Amino acid sequence: MLDDFMTRATLAGIGVAFAAAPLGCFVVWRRMAYFGDATAHAAILGVALSLTFQMSIFTGALAVALIMALTVTLLAGRGYAMDTLLGVMAHSALAFGLVAVSFLSGVRIDLMAYLFGDILAVSRSDLVVIWGGAVLVVALIAWRWSQLLTATLNEELAYASGFDPKREQLVLTLSLAVTVAVAIKVVGVLLIAAMLIIPAAAARNLARSPESMALIAAGIGTFSAIAGLRAAYVFDTPAGPSIVCVAAVLFACFSLVGWRTQGRA
Amino acid sequence: MTLVSVENLSVRYGANTVLRHVDMVVEPGEIVTIVGPNGSGKTSLLRAIIGATKPSVGQVALKPGLKIGYVPQKLHVDPTLPISVERFMRLTDRVSRRQCVEALETAGVPDLLKRQMSQLSGGQFQRVLLARALINQPDVLLLDEATQGLDQRGSAGFYQQIEAVRRETGCAILMISHELHVVMSASDRVICLNGHVCCEGSPAVVASAPEYRALFGTGTGGALALYRHEHDHHHDHDHDVNPKEAAE
Repeated sequence: MLDDFMTRATLAGIGVAFAAAPLGCFVVWRRMAYFGDATAHAAILGVALSLTFQMSIFTGALAVALIMALTVTLLAGRGYAMDTLLGVMAHSALAFGLVAVSFLSGVRIDLMAYLFGDILAVSRSDLVVIWGGAVLVVALIAWRWSQLLTATLNEELAYASGFDPKREQLVLTLSLAVTVAVAIKVVGVLLIAAMLIIPAAAARNLARSPESMALIAAGIGTFSAIAGLRAAYVFDTPAGPSIVCVAAVLFACFSLVGWRTQGRA
Repeated sequence: MTLVSVENLSVRYGANTVLRHVDMVVEPGEIVTIVGPNGSGKTSLLRAIIGATKPSVGQVALKPGLKIGYVPQKLHVDPTLPISVERFMRLTDRVSRRQCVEALETAGVPDLLKRQMSQLSGGQFQRVLLARALINQPDVLLLDEATQGLDQRGSAGFYQQIEAVRRETGCAILMISHELHVVMSASDRVICLNGHVCCEGSPAVVASAPEYRALFGTGTGGALALYRHEHDHHHDHDHDVNPKEAAE
């Protein structure tokens, strides 16, 4: 079954959709959209380093994404506004990454594959990495779910309930780095944030509880992956962007529905 | 047994010392109100008590096994986060639906269980926060300017609710407030804070203490003076009269 490249691509897309759904909800609730974007952009530097030192792309991207996310978390609130800091760090990392890749002589690198993903080239071992990462992220977030929600609502409430909201922030940071690292192959660094934010934002219109929002987001992400790949096959369009396009259309439809039901109520 | 004991507490953010050598206690069943101008360290004191801020000097001792109910100053529920009152109340504590209903009744809002948090009015929202804090039968309730954003009638009603809660449950209450006229009558003890404890005692004693008048002015009974006070008055003079002792 896994011999078919379309099957592998579909499974890879579903894996990313599952990890991105609960994490994406927190990204939306905590207004971390730009944070996700910055972490993802930094990963291209990780790709360059991986190719230089002949490591796996996953390891390099994970390391740089993690360093990036931790640095931003540490520096936040010390002089610069968060979005300025993210703008500086994210685009510097992206630029350094692109320059670093150009130095790699001898190896011909298809940069597009890392910027926009190369889901049709997902191998069996890629699938193992993607699903391993996805299971890790979902398990981590499910384990800390209540604490993460409390810390999202109010920091002092978290302290008064006996746990440290900074540690919960670290859980999200780690999950974000893992998700970025596994999603590079699927949608590429430029569109990872889209997979985090669009399904979650679309799900908001239908959800009545935090849990249902995460589940609906997973459903929307999965459908986008399947339908996007199908569309890419039929219309011969790039696969990663096609997936994001389907998610965006779903977002528009659900927003319209949500807007209309709210208007009546 | 003393529930909360703050000894010689100093809190510093970088080079900025917000609290200096603060001593205070909360005994079972009493209502203690902390008043003070903006930037006087009221919230820092509360944060130190719940462990959110580390003291640079001194310590906070809590009775072993002390259950704290915390009502935050403001809680922002992002419009993108769908959450019902019931789900919110069961977030951190393992409680039954019945306990939720009982806590909501104690807080004076029995019918809100199924409502979305984002649909509540300001007054309902604060009472749901109060109910959530009450759900585990705390020994002490901490309220950080819990009536911010409520109109005068709303906050008066809220304070009456707090008194009723104390009557019914017997839990101690430590609250920070700006609304001196309401607070004064409701509290057993008032602590006037401005980086350090300026004066302390029963509402009547504190209202007539020179340190309090220096901070909040006279004539209006403190109710309006709040918005006119000098931020940087100095306490170079010795506190030769301890208003608390003078009252006894």
